[in-house]
Amino acid sequence: MSRQSSRATDPRKISQELFTLTYGALVAQLVKDYESDEEVNKQLDKMGYNIGIRLVEDFLARSGIGRCNDFRETADIIAKSGFRMFLGVTPSVCNWSPAGDEFSLLMDNNPLTDFVELPDDHSNLNYSNVLCGVIRGALETVQMDVSVRFVQDTLKGDNQTEIRVKFIQRLEDALPAGEE
Amino acid sequence: MADDFIFDFLHMEVVDFVQRTTNPDEKDKVISKLEQMGYRVGQSLIEKFTRDSPRFSSELDIIKFVCKDLWNGVYKKQVDNLRTNHQGVYVLQDNKFRLLTQMSSGKQYIESAPRYLAFPCGLIRGGLANLGVNCVVTAEVSTMPACKFQIMIQRT
Repeated sequence: MSRQSSRATDPRKISQELFTLTYGALVAQLVKDYESDEEVNKQLDKMGYNIGIRLVEDFLARSGIGRCNDFRETADIIAKSGFRMFLGVTPSVCNWSPAGDEFSLLMDNNPLTDFVELPDDHSNLNYSNVLCGVIRGALETVQMDVSVRFVQDTLKGDNQTEIRVKFIQRLEDALPAGEE
Repeated sequence: MADDFIFDFLHMEVVDFVQRTTNPDEKDKVISKLEQMGYRVGQSLIEKFTRDSPRFSSELDIIKFVCKDLWNGVYKKQVDNLRTNHQGVYVLQDNKFRLLTQMSSGKQYIESAPRYLAFPCGLIRGGLANLGVNCVVTAEVSTMPACKFQIMIQRT
C-alpha cells in the first residue's frame, strides 16, 4: 500500500509550508480579533519578541557561534546563519548607515508570504511583522538593544522586502529587563 | 533541520496568545479557536500533500494516509498504532507526540496538555474534511508525551 508520492515530497518544503500556513491562520485570527491594523502589527511584533528570546538559545546551541565583535558581524550572522537556518533564505545585507549602526536586510522572496495576497483594506498591515519581533527579541538576549521595522514589502507592491535594523545601545550585564 | 523547530516555537506562541486574549471564564473558547486555526491549516496542507497521489480507494486508505504521510510530514514520524472498530471510529496512538515531548514525561503539566492538542486535532479534521470525510476529532492524554487521537466519522 505504499504510495509513490510520499517519496517525492520534500520534507523540508512540507515543514516550511506548515509553518507558512500556520502563520497565515494566526494573522487571519488576529485580523478578526483586532480592529486596527496597527494593533495587529503590535501583537505580531510582541509574539515575535517572545519567539525570539527563546529561539536565540536554540540558534546558539545549534550553530556554535560565539559573541560578535561588532555590529557588522552581527548583521552577517543574522542574514547568513539565522535566516538560513530557520527560514531557508539568505537575505543580503546592505544600505549601511555612515555610522555603521543601521543596516537593511533585503529579501527577494519572503517565505512567510508564499500563499498570501493582501486585501486593499489592510494597507497598513505589516504581514510579516513577526520577523521584526524575532530579531529584536533575539538580539536583546545577547545584550543588544535594536529597533527593527519594515520599509519595503513585496505584499504591498514593492520589488523586494526590506527590513531595517538599527542599533540603539548595548545592554549592560545587569538585571534582566523588567526586574528591578 | 532547524526549520521544523520554528513551527514548534510558533505553535507555542499561538497557544499562549489565544490563551492570553481569551476571557478566563470561557475555557472552551480557547480550545475551539485553536481547533479552528488547525482546521484551516489542515485544509490547505492536505491539498499540497495529495497533489500527486492517486485517488483513495476507501476510508481506511485515507486514514492510513493520515497516519503515514501526513504524520511524517508534520511530525517527522509515523503514528505508532492505529485501531478501528470498523464502524467509523479510529484511534491513532502516538507514543511520542512531537508537540508534547519537550513538556514532560509523566503527569506533570497534564492539565495544560489539551491546549497543545487542539491545533493538531483541527489539523486532522481539516485535512479529512477536504478529502470528503466529515468527522469529529478528539485527543486524550494519560501520560505525556503519549497521546491518542480519536476520529469519529459522521455519516449523515
